[in-house]
Amino acid sequence: VSVQPIAAAELGWRARLGILSPAALATRALVALVIGFVLAWVGYKASGDPRVFIVVGLNGLTLAGLYFVVASGFTLIFGLMRVVNMAHGSLFMLAGFFAFELQEKLSGGGAASFFGTSEASVGDWLIPLAVASVGVAAMGLLMQQVFLRWNQGQDLRQALITIAISIIIADQALAHFGGIAEEIAPPDVFPDSVELKVYGLTYPFFRIFVLLVAIAVGLGLWAMIMRTRFGMIVRAGVDDRQMVSALGINIQLVFAGAFFLGAMLAGLGGVLGGTMISVDKGNDTQYLLISLIVVIIGGMGSLGGAAIGAVALGLVDSFGDVYLPEGYTNYSVLLVFGLLVLVLAVRPLGLFGRPA
Amino acid sequence: VRRSLLTVDRALWWGPGLAIVLVLALGPVLFTDFYLSQVLTKALWLGIAAASLIFLAGYVGMVSLGQVALYGIAGFTMGNLVQADGGSTVAWNPWLGALVGVLVATGFGLFFGAIASRSYGIYFLMITLAFAVITFYFFGQVTQLSGFGGVNNIDRPDIVSNPVTDPANLFYIALVVSAAVYLFIRYLGRTPLGLALQGVRDDPSRMRALGYNVPLLRMLAFGLGALIAAFAGILSVWWNTRISPGSIDLARTIDVLIIAVIGGLYRLEGAWVGALVFAVLDNWTRGLELVGERFNTVIGAIFLAIVLVSPGGLMGIWSAVTGAVARTLGRARPAEILEPVPLTEEAPPTTETPQVPR
Repeated sequence: VSVQPIAAAELGWRARLGILSPAALATRALVALVIGFVLAWVGYKASGDPRVFIVVGLNGLTLAGLYFVVASGFTLIFGLMRVVNMAHGSLFMLAGFFAFELQEKLSGGGAASFFGTSEASVGDWLIPLAVASVGVAAMGLLMQQVFLRWNQGQDLRQALITIAISIIIADQALAHFGGIAEEIAPPDVFPDSVELKVYGLTYPFFRIFVLLVAIAVGLGLWAMIMRTRFGMIVRAGVDDRQMVSALGINIQLVFAGAFFLGAMLAGLGGVLGGTMISVDKGNDTQYLLISLIVVIIGGMGSLGGAAIGAVALGLVDSFGDVYLPEGYTNYSVLLVFGLLVLVLAVRPLGLFGRPA
Repeated sequence: VRRSLLTVDRALWWGPGLAIVLVLALGPVLFTDFYLSQVLTKALWLGIAAASLIFLAGYVGMVSLGQVALYGIAGFTMGNLVQADGGSTVAWNPWLGALVGVLVATGFGLFFGAIASRSYGIYFLMITLAFAVITFYFFGQVTQLSGFGGVNNIDRPDIVSNPVTDPANLFYIALVVSAAVYLFIRYLGRTPLGLALQGVRDDPSRMRALGYNVPLLRMLAFGLGALIAAFAGILSVWWNTRISPGSIDLARTIDVLIIAVIGGLYRLEGAWVGALVFAVLDNWTRGLELVGERFNTVIGAIFLAIVLVSPGGLMGIWSAVTGAVARTLGRARPAEILEPVPLTEEAPPTTETPQVPR
């Protein structure tokens, strides 16, 4: 008589709860309680002023769009190559600075005006976007080819290498671009704001645009990974690199392509973020943290996980600033920490993470 | 089998070590006040911070980027509890403030450890980095405790005196704490708990099969790491007389990692060796016309070179050299394995089962 082992995933949720230890059950109950409380609090605040709720909710979703674009590149690189690219935030920041400088040159300066209407033509925005993204992607590729390629499999060493590169980039960026926050002007054909048709609200158009771009990027990546030959190789590579190369596929070429794409997404995010919010010297740390949190929540290498992580982080960020009790709004970063704790308490590998 | 007390190996190990400690003990006589304070004392407390990282990496296999955040928690707690400009208005005795700072940081270490202890490797590194950056933003935002200006003119115990005009006392305190931390970690490595931690480092699933509570062990280890880091935090505040979010930002986090890597991530002595090299370089390059304000670029490039050339850091190079010397002197020595080098040279086989607190 042979006994087939049953994977936890094959069990129903009742049975799965049954095999948990009392401590794990208590943790889950506590997590559920906290989530319930947070939702109730948001609901209570929302019923007080639905207009604020709608605007803050949209802020969260559009932020999530930006976060997703950045983090999808990070998770793509990790999922395939097991490289934690600590310079991802630096690439984001560099793209923002490059695009800003180029736009200044193209438009003869003065395109970006705080609170003013944009005077940048479509080309003044699109050309910097393309050049900065591809330029940063090329830098990422160079970094991978020169420093990371011959260290494959040594994930800690690779992380240390990218950290060293991020220090150099941060210092050089400070030297060349200074420490002043800049804004990239959106194309002047974009309207400043759109009407929402509820409560007579208007909302900045560019933020909606970022959300649409994020959705397009997500669908594009999904289609590429699920429907193309390149994506098929990437998926196979995530599961078993050695087998893929044994089948005669040039895995190094695929790695290079994936690194280029991942870095380009950081660059695209940098230009979008620079237009939507600003370009600043602290962006590297900030967006490295955002990428880390999004993929820790979603699970490394999972695109769907990155989307969920981005939405969770975006919403927590924007609601935290507004819905915390009076006098405590400066504690909002603790909510991000709380989000991380809630996920890790139940899923140490993130929501969709799988053991390496 | 009793091993002879003096082998070439040991002589090569303890000889230079004792010489260094002797030179250091005479530090205030040999060096100028400026050099003593800006290089040696700084190297000692940075070394303690790096030692907490090397303890975790070398003994437990947990490479943490959270050590600077933990020493920051100790420093900020003390800064808020004693008389200071900024932060809370409480004015406790400086010794009590330091003690509570250490305890609070250890508590947070256990808490962070409880959350992160079921994650391994690069994933663990990322989670601790996220903790570090969140701690940085927390102290930046919460003006009741710090804000970006930080806490200044923090009151120190009388014995510490003024670290600029009279640096000898703080130097000796840092030296004694460093020595104590070093000996404590060495001792811990031979206790049942330390052996269990090394077992967790080498094979967590086998340790679990043997009945150990692996997440609990890793959590305890992280708490111990936080305790060590907290000493560095207290000393750094006494040395700086202030602490701000800038003292625990990503660059500082990475400084400690750089120090550990320069020294050798899997060699405890490397913590202070790396810190000394770092402090000397820091002092030297800041004075150079050519480097000027681009100090971080130089440090980043040196870091990159060391990671690329010698994953064992300076201690790895040292081991290779002494290994060659020992071989030529005729004592066979196993080839050096750089990653991970067991920190206790050949842990003595124990007959009793290591007991683990449950």
